[in-house]
Amino acid sequence: MSGFILISLIILVFVVIYQIAKASEYAAVLRGEKKINGQVNRAIALLLLAMFPLGLWGLWECHVYFKDMMLPVAACKTGVAYDQMFNVTTIVTGIVFLLTQAVLFWFCFKYQSNEKRSSFFFAHSNKLELIWTTIPAIAMAILVAIGLKNWYTVTSDAPQEATVIEIVGKQFNWLIRYPGKDNIMGKRDFRKINDANNVLGLDWADPRNADDIIAQNGEMHVVVGKPVKLIIGSRDVIHDVGLPHFRMKMDAVPGITTTLWFIPTITSDSMKLITKNPNFVYEIACDQLCGKGHYAMRGTIIVETQAQYDKWMASQPSYYATANPAPAAPAEEKSAPAADTTKAISMK
Amino acid sequence: MNKEGIITEGSVAAHGHDSAAGHHGHEHHEQHFVWKYIFSQDHKMISKQFLITGIIWAIIGALFSVFFRFQLGFPDTSFPIMEKMLGEWAKGGKLSPEFYYALVTMHGTILVFFVLTAGLSGTFANLLIPFQVGARDMASPFMNMLSYWFFFLASICMVVSLFVETGPASGGWTTYPPLSALKEASLGSGIGMDLWLMGMALFVISSLLGGLNYISTVLNMRTKGMTMTRLPLTVWALLFTAVLGVLSFPVLFSGVVLLIFDRNFGTSFYLSEIFIGGKALPHIGGSAILYQHLFWFLGHPEVYIIMLPGMGMASEVLSTHSRKPIFGYFAMVISMIGITVLAFVVWAHHMFVTGMSPFLGSIFVLLTLLIAVPSAVKVFNWLTTIWRGNLRLNPPMLFALGFVSLFISGGLTGIFLGNSALDIHLHDTYFVIAHFHIVMGVSAFFGMFAGVYHWFPKMYGKFMNNTLGYIHFFITFIGAYLIFWPMHYEGIAGMPRRYYDYSAWESFKQFQSINGFISIVALVVFLTQILFVFNFIISIFKGRKVTTQNPWGSTTLEWTTPINPGHGNWDGEIPEVHRWPYDYKDDGNGNDFIPQTTPLRPGEESH
Repeated sequence: MSGFILISLIILVFVVIYQIAKASEYAAVLRGEKKINGQVNRAIALLLLAMFPLGLWGLWECHVYFKDMMLPVAACKTGVAYDQMFNVTTIVTGIVFLLTQAVLFWFCFKYQSNEKRSSFFFAHSNKLELIWTTIPAIAMAILVAIGLKNWYTVTSDAPQEATVIEIVGKQFNWLIRYPGKDNIMGKRDFRKINDANNVLGLDWADPRNADDIIAQNGEMHVVVGKPVKLIIGSRDVIHDVGLPHFRMKMDAVPGITTTLWFIPTITSDSMKLITKNPNFVYEIACDQLCGKGHYAMRGTIIVETQAQYDKWMASQPSYYATANPAPAAPAEEKSAPAADTTKAISMK
Repeated sequence: MNKEGIITEGSVAAHGHDSAAGHHGHEHHEQHFVWKYIFSQDHKMISKQFLITGIIWAIIGALFSVFFRFQLGFPDTSFPIMEKMLGEWAKGGKLSPEFYYALVTMHGTILVFFVLTAGLSGTFANLLIPFQVGARDMASPFMNMLSYWFFFLASICMVVSLFVETGPASGGWTTYPPLSALKEASLGSGIGMDLWLMGMALFVISSLLGGLNYISTVLNMRTKGMTMTRLPLTVWALLFTAVLGVLSFPVLFSGVVLLIFDRNFGTSFYLSEIFIGGKALPHIGGSAILYQHLFWFLGHPEVYIIMLPGMGMASEVLSTHSRKPIFGYFAMVISMIGITVLAFVVWAHHMFVTGMSPFLGSIFVLLTLLIAVPSAVKVFNWLTTIWRGNLRLNPPMLFALGFVSLFISGGLTGIFLGNSALDIHLHDTYFVIAHFHIVMGVSAFFGMFAGVYHWFPKMYGKFMNNTLGYIHFFITFIGAYLIFWPMHYEGIAGMPRRYYDYSAWESFKQFQSINGFISIVALVVFLTQILFVFNFIISIFKGRKVTTQNPWGSTTLEWTTPINPGHGNWDGEIPEVHRWPYDYKDDGNGNDFIPQTTPLRPGEESH
């Protein structure tokens, strides 16, 4: 009922507005259309002229409002270069924006219809066309040059010494896998996935999997100052590893492996001080619509010192151990996991 | 009132129908209602059909955005009115996440395809091409009729999908597989997705039937003297729009067909190594990225399919109401050719972060930023067009000016997104939403509004109410900036698009109050659009009557037809064209324009 009343109210308001608008139309006819049109034209020209300073003021207000809500300083070197490039692009486009908009609204006012004046017949000028073809072309060339330089840096191969971490998206969380002590990730196969005890489908026949560690809480630990290479995958639909604090992202596509690498430069603890936010945390945001839980597909990154990292890493059990708790003979399990695994799988 | 005007209005009164019932020189028999208004083959009636269907779709699509904006802006508040209108999907007055995504998806699909493609090109290509090239109708009026009715069928598919139990498609308007391919992946990937695919397939057919017709009409049916270089820029723009559509829509069709195969017949075009719903699927070897290539091979030209008609109409309207020729006619045509050609080779800039080869990415960066050049040329030419003009600031002119302002704002942010090194952070954030809504959403709508206000007198023989037009313009213009400007900031802060709720995110939850503000402005702008529709409908019946053939003092051919032209457009012979369409200069008799039909004066040089 309330909806019905609301809709009839809106319609009523429209009718009233229309009647007033219509009345002004009749009044214009009665009082001489030409004269009224001239007055209206002048009023509209003034409004358009006002639009520009009003817009500048709004822009300023908007800027002030958002100033303290934006991302803190980029937490990696490429991120800092990103911000510089972003600023350069903003300045270049900002100048064009202000000039063209100023000209547009000024012309609206300046050249408003006037009985005494007639328009200037000016149909073409090759010189002008040449000027405003060349200048944007040069500006674009510069922006492309800066862009490609940064692009090739970001997409270059990760250094050999980079820590390799695998991050796999699934509806609706991130699975993070570390290679363990041997520093090598074993094979995995989507056909071996089992939500109960093999979330990534690790092939237990591959001994290199035995010490691999999988974090299912979406928390990734990385060492400050040390390059980290992400091996990105997906179990089901397309996701995207979005790292706003590092100014990068990469899709996670089922059946395809993608990568991303960066050198974190600021620890989580330092960032808490920089942002003056004790709750600050580096977040991994899924940036590709992946279903109803897309908005809650959140991961985190803990950037810490080598010592903190080592301590944390030492406390992590291998995935094999957590997924296959063997209450009968835990000792045996620990001594020869790889061999046991093969048996366990083949018996199933 | 001239003689033709009297005759026409008399005949309107006699029929008791709207103005389409024109006086007719050649045919004297009365057409049956069904053939005249429903299965009409008259380009003017088909144009109205497209426009009115487009308006209905626009209201639905915009209403959806109001719903999901309110969910997003006020996640803790319950809106009983939403439950009333959406039922199960908004239990307790709150949208469910599934339906939130369904609304987002349908909002995009409806506005991109059903409103800004069919509603825009369908309306103005049909209305203006025969009128402005001097033809009695389209090359094939029958195909033209089919084009509308395939669009209608596509519309029915989409409407039906809104009412199925599992809801409409909900994988975003781009419907990337595997999300859209697997029923297990989301509710909307069930029957709703099948209907979406069927609807799109029918839509492509409609678009091709229309496009082929537009192209052949422009190329073959120009009146005597109407050389290509004497075509108004609207016709040029609509021609390139049709070319883009004809060459790229079939690629979308193939993408859709492969997706139908993957969904129903067990093929693996897009699917590989997937574990979902508790089991591993047998698909191996497909590529989810292949779909994106096929989709964006249409998807990017689609952006220009949406933009070009607006560019053409803005050019025409700016020139007419500045009483000044369009500046750089040939530069305008060449820049449109540039845009049309480049539109086909930039699609992968939507895919910089899919893991594509960085080298390939860099090529697409170069080609993408190249589009900025013809776009810049157009902007400077528009600005020079109004320079030292004599500007009549009526609603069509205001919307054309607003179009230029928004095209600049939205175009410049494209320079950020087209540069892969910047896109890698901005991709799929609110920056993208702000960019494309300003440049191809609002800006294209402004082009369309300029067209509707400008050609309404030709369509219905009435004027729309100016005061309402002014209200419509200022609220929409200011509102558009208020809605989308803050979104740039959110995007720079990395706020991802297509999120139902940000409250759990340490990095994005501070934007809650601005999201609420944006939602309120969106509602105000939505109501203003309803005011426009109100103005549109009432003006058809009660608007101030057009009393002269050429109310704007325009040079083009459509204004040489009777006020309410019948089927066939001109009563007698089709007029011959002697000059280019932008001779806004003193004709020696106190007029500030010379129609295209006026022969060159002795000693006068043609443009």
